[in-house]
Amino acid sequence: MTSALWAVEIPYWGQTLLRVLGGVVAVLLPAGTIVYVFLFKMMSFMQSRLGPMEAGPYGSLQLVAEVGKWLQKEDIAPERADRFIFRLAPIVVLASTFLLVAVVPFGPDAWFTNFETGIYYAMAVSSVSVLGILMAGWASANKYSLLGGLRAAGQLIAYELPMVLAVIGVVIQAESMNLQQIVVAQNAGSIFGWDGLGNPYLLTQFVGFLIFMIAVQAELTQAPFDMPIAESELVSGYMTEYSGFRFLMFFIGEFATAGVFALIASVLFLGGWGVPFAWFGWNGIDDVDNWMNVVGPLVMFGKMMLLVFLIMWVRFSYPRFREDQLQRFAWKFLIPVSLGNIVLTAVAKVVW
Amino acid sequence: MTMLSDRQQLSYIAAQAADARVNVELETEGMTLNIGPQHPATHGTLRIIARLDGEQVVWAEPACGYMHRGYEKLAEVRTYPQVTTLVNRIDWLGSFANEVPFILAAEQLMEIEAPARAQWIRTLLFELSRIANVSLFLGDLGVQMGAITPVFMAFRDREYVLNLIEAATGGRFHPNFDRIGGLKDDLPAGFVAETRQVMKKLRNFCDEIEDLLFGNEIFQSRTRGIGVIPRDVALDYGLSGANLRASGVDWDLRRDQRLPMAWDKVDWKVWTHTDGDSFARCWVRLQETREATKLVDQLLDGLPSGPVMAKVPRIIKVPAGEAWVSTENPLGEMGYYVVSKGDLGPFRVKIRSASFNNISIVPWVLRGVYVPDIITILASLYFILGDIDR
Amino acid sequence: MAKVPGLVKGLGVTFSTMVQTITKGANTVQYPHEKEAPPTRARGVIALREDNCTSCMLCARSCPDWCIYIEGHKELAPPRRAGGKPRQVNKLDRFDIDFALCMYCGICVEVCPFDALFWSPEYEYSEGRIADLLHDKTKLGEWMETVPEAPELEAGADKKGKK
Repeated sequence: MTSALWAVEIPYWGQTLLRVLGGVVAVLLPAGTIVYVFLFKMMSFMQSRLGPMEAGPYGSLQLVAEVGKWLQKEDIAPERADRFIFRLAPIVVLASTFLLVAVVPFGPDAWFTNFETGIYYAMAVSSVSVLGILMAGWASANKYSLLGGLRAAGQLIAYELPMVLAVIGVVIQAESMNLQQIVVAQNAGSIFGWDGLGNPYLLTQFVGFLIFMIAVQAELTQAPFDMPIAESELVSGYMTEYSGFRFLMFFIGEFATAGVFALIASVLFLGGWGVPFAWFGWNGIDDVDNWMNVVGPLVMFGKMMLLVFLIMWVRFSYPRFREDQLQRFAWKFLIPVSLGNIVLTAVAKVVW
Repeated sequence: MTMLSDRQQLSYIAAQAADARVNVELETEGMTLNIGPQHPATHGTLRIIARLDGEQVVWAEPACGYMHRGYEKLAEVRTYPQVTTLVNRIDWLGSFANEVPFILAAEQLMEIEAPARAQWIRTLLFELSRIANVSLFLGDLGVQMGAITPVFMAFRDREYVLNLIEAATGGRFHPNFDRIGGLKDDLPAGFVAETRQVMKKLRNFCDEIEDLLFGNEIFQSRTRGIGVIPRDVALDYGLSGANLRASGVDWDLRRDQRLPMAWDKVDWKVWTHTDGDSFARCWVRLQETREATKLVDQLLDGLPSGPVMAKVPRIIKVPAGEAWVSTENPLGEMGYYVVSKGDLGPFRVKIRSASFNNISIVPWVLRGVYVPDIITILASLYFILGDIDR
Repeated sequence: MAKVPGLVKGLGVTFSTMVQTITKGANTVQYPHEKEAPPTRARGVIALREDNCTSCMLCARSCPDWCIYIEGHKELAPPRRAGGKPRQVNKLDRFDIDFALCMYCGICVEVCPFDALFWSPEYEYSEGRIADLLHDKTKLGEWMETVPEAPELEAGADKKGKK
């Protein structure tokens, strides 16, 4: 975020403070909205009921009530739990979300960090949450949690690969790993000469998009890949022994991560913060007006909501896979298909 | 050391042997997992003790009795109307069906038969109880698998049936409507028209569940080939109801027995399946629900007029004797063996409940399955704790 | 492609349910703002018509939970016609039903030979203390106002609705 965004010169510590606050908002605001719109309302509508209606108009303050409820609960830990790791696990899971959002661009100048290998960093950092889940499963000293933790380890590691491989197709097409470049390439591009829509990789990388969304569903341990949580068998899997603020961190982390992954997916496949440059006659990133720094986050928010709608829709509709079916699906189906996608993309890139 | 029964000793030895096998083959320790008695998956307080090797079950045993309420003992000191009230609560989801075999047994001892209209209305309410019971099963199936939406549809459409039962009998879950010699009361006006509407909604619900759950490839891969119970094993263990029919045995007490009810006067089909796996059991129940809606429509069409109560004395003393009546309840075969000594109440009532025999197959069928499959198999066997423990 | 795969059909079912809830409303009732009326025969609470009760104890005896407590005494009432002798009537001192024990079976209502007990569909009488669930005869008499007329019977029934 350069100081060109504002008319005044902001000292470095001020910029850092704004970055930190922006990061917190970028993680928690989507999490809260997702929880309300999709978990409370959309799930209820799909089940012929209205959801929370009492707290605030149409239940909009329900999340505030829930946060308050979780905060005032007693902080208990099982007797034989490994105290230090037990306490550290939710922090690790939530930390990976914040690290992930640092690399997402929200506007031409509204970004936190602009790595040249942005997407590489994002994929690497998203695996940190696996460690947190394993820690939670082991440190709970509970057989159910252990089963959940082990299932989670196998599942999350298995689905990292299709996620990364699906992204490679995008990288080949955009010729860069820098997320800002990927956004510009999509919005400044054209499909066979027609630039009315830009070149969202959703169209050319449709297979990659599907694989990425499936892998994201598995990374978030949402149904149909929620074996680690498996409510009807393991009570809550690795989260069973957590209560109070620690459970709140897992809960918020789950939906915040959904939001952040949706942000990344919208950057990779839907054109990120931008609208097709041709609509405003821009030719590159330097031409983009300053008001895009304010509208960009809103556009991102909209695209994120769309993708999270898809994730949640599938979550509420399907039963869950068994662990071995899950693994078979990842290793024997998704990885070969994503490899084929890379080959096709590479060939098409050379030809066209 | 306390004295263990032979059975307890045998299961202890079996558990040790299972552990030993695991220890030798893999040099790891088997893990004992207690599923229940408090657990989201079991239909009540059932405890399944499973010895696991990783995610595979090496040995499993159900430990029931957490909900034993002593019905047979209570029945010894209650009068017939009071026992009728109590037995409502055995299978609480399809509760009218519990009263019927008991009342029929008492009527057999008294050598009277309820008038035709009462028989038809009894059959009608029996089938409505079946629909209420099994539609909850269809929804609950989704929850066990992880699909959280079908259960709300099940409850939504089940409400209509419960409202019907409440309009007729006064109680949603515990109708307490059957009396020796007939029924307590006749149907209220508008019942027939309302029931026809509700049956249409139930048929839509069955179609919806078929689309949402049964047609879902994930559901099919979770249930096909899981928990296969061959025909002879099913017969050996005394399974009944849809569990038996899914293993290929054409056995339905409504058709095979001559009871003073209206099943033989209407046209309906018995559904069987040859696979004997979990999918077969669920599928048979889905078809049975559809068939029950057609049964109800036919019963409404042919409802005879007349009184609903035979001429019985005000204070009923059932003559001495013994009678056994069993019917095809929603969960399976439920029977009552009533011993009477000519009193106001029975001398002894033995209740043969379907679920108790159905879960006897759990140790056999759970060998070698994965932990998620335990839930699938238990869900497809479909038991109600009140029915197991009475 | 001949058949729509089951996965897609399932998504369609949930989506159409969502649209239906948004446009036509949910299947749920927002209690306590709106309340659904139970059917006429619903077994909500038992009402007592004191003038009809002769404390014959049939209801107390037939209750499976023994939750009805009756105490009465005999009194001499004035004769019906002038010049006759005084009649002996049963006067009710105490008629309590403990709704904490009651299992809502209806045997007492059915067994009463003098039509003194009635079912009412009222169900909102929960209390903060269990002891308050013991309704005495005054409270049971108040429930009489909520007792509905017996519903009309379906076509083909033998006689009109009793009670």
